[in-house]
Amino acid sequence: MVPISYYITLSAILFGLGVAGFVFKRNIITIFMAIELMLNAVNLAFVAFSRALGQLQGQVFVFFVIVVAAAEAAVGLGIVILIARNRKSLNVERVNLLKL
Amino acid sequence: MSVQLTVFFVLAAIAVAGAVSLIVQRHPIHSALSLIVVMAALAGLYLLLEAEFIAAIQIIVYAGAIMVLFVFVIMLLNAGSEERTNLSRTAFYAGVPLAIFLLLELAYRVARGSASMVAQPSPAAATRGLSMLLFQDFVFPFEATSILILIAILGAIVLAKRDV
Repeated sequence: MVPISYYITLSAILFGLGVAGFVFKRNIITIFMAIELMLNAVNLAFVAFSRALGQLQGQVFVFFVIVVAAAEAAVGLGIVILIARNRKSLNVERVNLLKL
Repeated sequence: MSVQLTVFFVLAAIAVAGAVSLIVQRHPIHSALSLIVVMAALAGLYLLLEAEFIAAIQIIVYAGAIMVLFVFVIMLLNAGSEERTNLSRTAFYAGVPLAIFLLLELAYRVARGSASMVAQPSPAAATRGLSMLLFQDFVFPFEATSILILIAILGAIVLAKRDV
């Protein structure tokens, strides 16, 4: 048997890498992918805890997280297309309309 | 080392390598392909945790639908390689060690906190139990997500339409 703590540690590592990608990347599509990576890391923790507690509620939560991620990706990519059309660039540093 | 432990370490190594590749690659399409590798490895881990239904929708919805959407948008916008930005010196010398420290601290605490947990025997017919939960206890959230998806579709159409 694989100890549950191994799964949780892997989840923490993937989440940390997602945060690093979110902070370091400049391309707005890649930043979106880093967010998806963080959601995936949390899903892994949910399933691992669901297994550790012998209950299925954690898996129901993962189902809802995946649904919300799909909706978020659809709207988010619509916004990306809009930004690319208006700014002629995908670099987030060019999106500075709200900057003082 | 048991077979399960070996499979876990192989899949975990693939997932972490894919996540690192996502950050290191400069071209968005390479990042998208790395993310698909991570998702496939995670689907394998879900199978190892005996969550068959979650593994299936991980492949079908995440790797199949969401990532295809990403790849379509990357091709549609003809996204080129990321421009190199001069990461400021403070960010490099203070930020990178702090990020690594946060990563190790988080992994250490979380692993120690869950060290005493052992996997319970998986309930028989887990997918059946999951559908029972989903359509009985969680039927209201389930119906609410259908409205959420409808709003997301409308939002995406309104945003991407040429002249609103």
